[in-house]
Amino acid sequence: MSDLHVRSAERLDPLTVETSEGAQGLQRRDFTKKSELGREVGAVLRAHGLMLDPNDVDVERQDDETMIINMGPAHPSTHGVLRLMLELDGEFVLRTKPVIGYLHTGMEKTGEVLSYVQGGTNVTRMDYLSPIANELSYCMAVEKLLDIEVPERATWIRMLMAELNRISSHLVWMATNGMDLGATSMMIYGFRERELILAFFEKTAGLRLNLNYVRPGGVAADLPDGWEDDVEVICDTIYERTFEYDELLTGQPIFRLRMEGVAPITAEEALALGVTGPVLRSTGVPWDLRRTLPYLAYDQVDFDVIVGTYGDNFDRYAIRLNEIRESVRIVRQCLEKMPRGDYRSQDPKVTPPPRARIGESMEALIHHFKLFTEGFAVPTGEVYSAIESPRGELGCYLVSDGGPQPYRLHVRAPSFVNMQAVPLLMRGGMVSDAITVISTIDPIMGEVDR
Amino acid sequence: MIPLPPTAPPGVPTSEALASDLGCFPTLEQYLALVASFKEDGFELCADLCGVDYLEHPGRALPEGVVATRFEVVVNLLSLSKRQRVRIRVQAGNDEARVNSLFDLYPGSEAMEREAFDLFGILFDGHPDLTRILMPEDWEGHPLRKDYSVGRVPVQFKEAPGPR
Amino acid sequence: MALEDLQHNFLTGQVEDLVRWARRASVWPATFGLACCAIEMMAAGAADYDLARFGMEVFRNSPRQADLMIVAGRVSQKMAPVLRQVYDQMMEPKWVISMGVCASSGGMFNNYAIVQGVDQIVPVDVYAPGCPPSPETLMHAILTLHEQIRTGEILQRRREARPTHIEQNSWTPEVPVTVRVGTPK
Repeated sequence: MSDLHVRSAERLDPLTVETSEGAQGLQRRDFTKKSELGREVGAVLRAHGLMLDPNDVDVERQDDETMIINMGPAHPSTHGVLRLMLELDGEFVLRTKPVIGYLHTGMEKTGEVLSYVQGGTNVTRMDYLSPIANELSYCMAVEKLLDIEVPERATWIRMLMAELNRISSHLVWMATNGMDLGATSMMIYGFRERELILAFFEKTAGLRLNLNYVRPGGVAADLPDGWEDDVEVICDTIYERTFEYDELLTGQPIFRLRMEGVAPITAEEALALGVTGPVLRSTGVPWDLRRTLPYLAYDQVDFDVIVGTYGDNFDRYAIRLNEIRESVRIVRQCLEKMPRGDYRSQDPKVTPPPRARIGESMEALIHHFKLFTEGFAVPTGEVYSAIESPRGELGCYLVSDGGPQPYRLHVRAPSFVNMQAVPLLMRGGMVSDAITVISTIDPIMGEVDR
Repeated sequence: MIPLPPTAPPGVPTSEALASDLGCFPTLEQYLALVASFKEDGFELCADLCGVDYLEHPGRALPEGVVATRFEVVVNLLSLSKRQRVRIRVQAGNDEARVNSLFDLYPGSEAMEREAFDLFGILFDGHPDLTRILMPEDWEGHPLRKDYSVGRVPVQFKEAPGPR
Repeated sequence: MALEDLQHNFLTGQVEDLVRWARRASVWPATFGLACCAIEMMAAGAADYDLARFGMEVFRNSPRQADLMIVAGRVSQKMAPVLRQVYDQMMEPKWVISMGVCASSGGMFNNYAIVQGVDQIVPVDVYAPGCPPSPETLMHAILTLHEQIRTGEILQRRREARPTHIEQNSWTPEVPVTVRVGTPK
């Protein structure tokens, strides 16, 4: 197997000192051939149609001028346990190697021992800022395999919750982005607004975070009485506050200097790296699964897809801010158009019977027992179903073997793929821009590592 | 079902794929050429690449002429211009699973192939840095294989306090 | 100024009480937010559930300046040595709150990748259950810890558990002794 480019830990020749986990680092620059360096520096050099010269990379730097710094897994940037090895020339970042895996939970393996009803609890903890998106992608995959129809009201409830979730995820993003840049008051505002949405989630689903609300066949419970008033308050408050954030951030010269023109990415690079979501839309590609490959009832609501121009940090910030406003628009339309009906499919093989009937009917008791101990069986097959989460395309590849547990559950996490853009975006920038880059890519380590 | 692209290698079995527009089952030799032909045909994004271990599966539906092996690599491609999805399933092998790497065509498959190597042990020819990505560097074994146990630790519950 | 003018302006007390008051009134947490519980921890530090009223809104990033490590989230096998290293770098007196069921016992992830309970790595003072614990649960855990500091129960427990003779080149880990904690009065 000597012809393979497999490097075991011993064959690496790092510039760093031995860390407690073994030798981790970048190879010595003079050890690397130019063609190898071309591969290492950026996958963009391999992208089709780009006219980049591999000799354009600055390989003349002496080794002793550069420094390798470890931005360890526990660090102030509030984006979870991501470790970055940065090669610095003074303050400028040359190469970056993100090391992930510090939050690897074995969720795909756990998914194989949980039933399809329990699967939602597992999947919802991957992208912990938008749990509804995870559950939705999983449940849609299961429903496609089961080939059952979800009632209309359940679809609209799912859409309402998904958009509220998008608002709360983007609010946390704005909060942590502000904190990373130094605007600590943004952190407080973002979380304050989010409390309104979380209070609504608690009223509907019982939990603030990691709600196991979207189930195969519909949603777990109907919307509570008086939900229209709650949602209206949320919409009005958050819509007004977005203009306050404009005042706080968008117009400020320091904010603009730090975000505009920093870390641009082109559309070809983004597509070559598999990047989706706000990062891809910031390059000018108007790809939003809600508009282009609509699921749920997104073709029946009116909203705009926000697209940037330069692909820099400021575009990504502006996209997320305006996506909050668009989501508020969608929520208002859900408020008006919410149909009546069932909130869950009436198929007894998939949906447990209401609790009150268990005391009356033997059949209901048996169904309940079987559903919650063994679970329902899904026919053999495989499906890949994707939705647009606040971070990008969240896909679920499900293989079933005819039993009550998935045979293989694989989640295509948008942050995992977007992380590949990090070395490209950080190149040539300063260390403080490195923080902003991680922030605007918006990785959630729970779904990066799963 | 959409047709194969005009530059695709001949004789690739196809079938319907749930929630996608086409499912293809190339052999190891046809794999890279097929993906390259899709890329030329307008499939700009490699949405997902994952491995599957079919050791304990009772029986999967494969078209005629496809030799089933234990490991399978599943690639989902996405065309933004045509709004289509394609699923490519290549049979990677039984114990020494080796397929070509898609890194030269889609640099974004780098992390996904590393994950497939880490969790399944599938090797990718031509990948620039095939090392573990999710598990610690010195971990032994490939966790998502079916012969690797979940690793469940038996939970000991303390005696519940009696009624007070 | 004569001494009799000062007769009502003294407060007397014991040095230990003063030290304990100072210690519990400004416990500075170290950022160790790992997963979903980290979001609830940030929400606890934000406006609606304000940790600043307990003196705890500064999350120190350097372990040298922190007193409390709130392990918020699931600890994977790769993260465990890092956790221990950060704990070792903290200065005495230090406390650990294990927030959430994943940190307390492995939670719903009973598999190869997650350490089943962070008390296998560091000694824990207070466990906060929940998945994730709402900020109110976290605050209850913090107040329980404050009560333990106030009564001095914690340091007494540590002193009893620490071995009396430590050899030069050996390192014995601290053995946490189980303590029943009552509700703070």
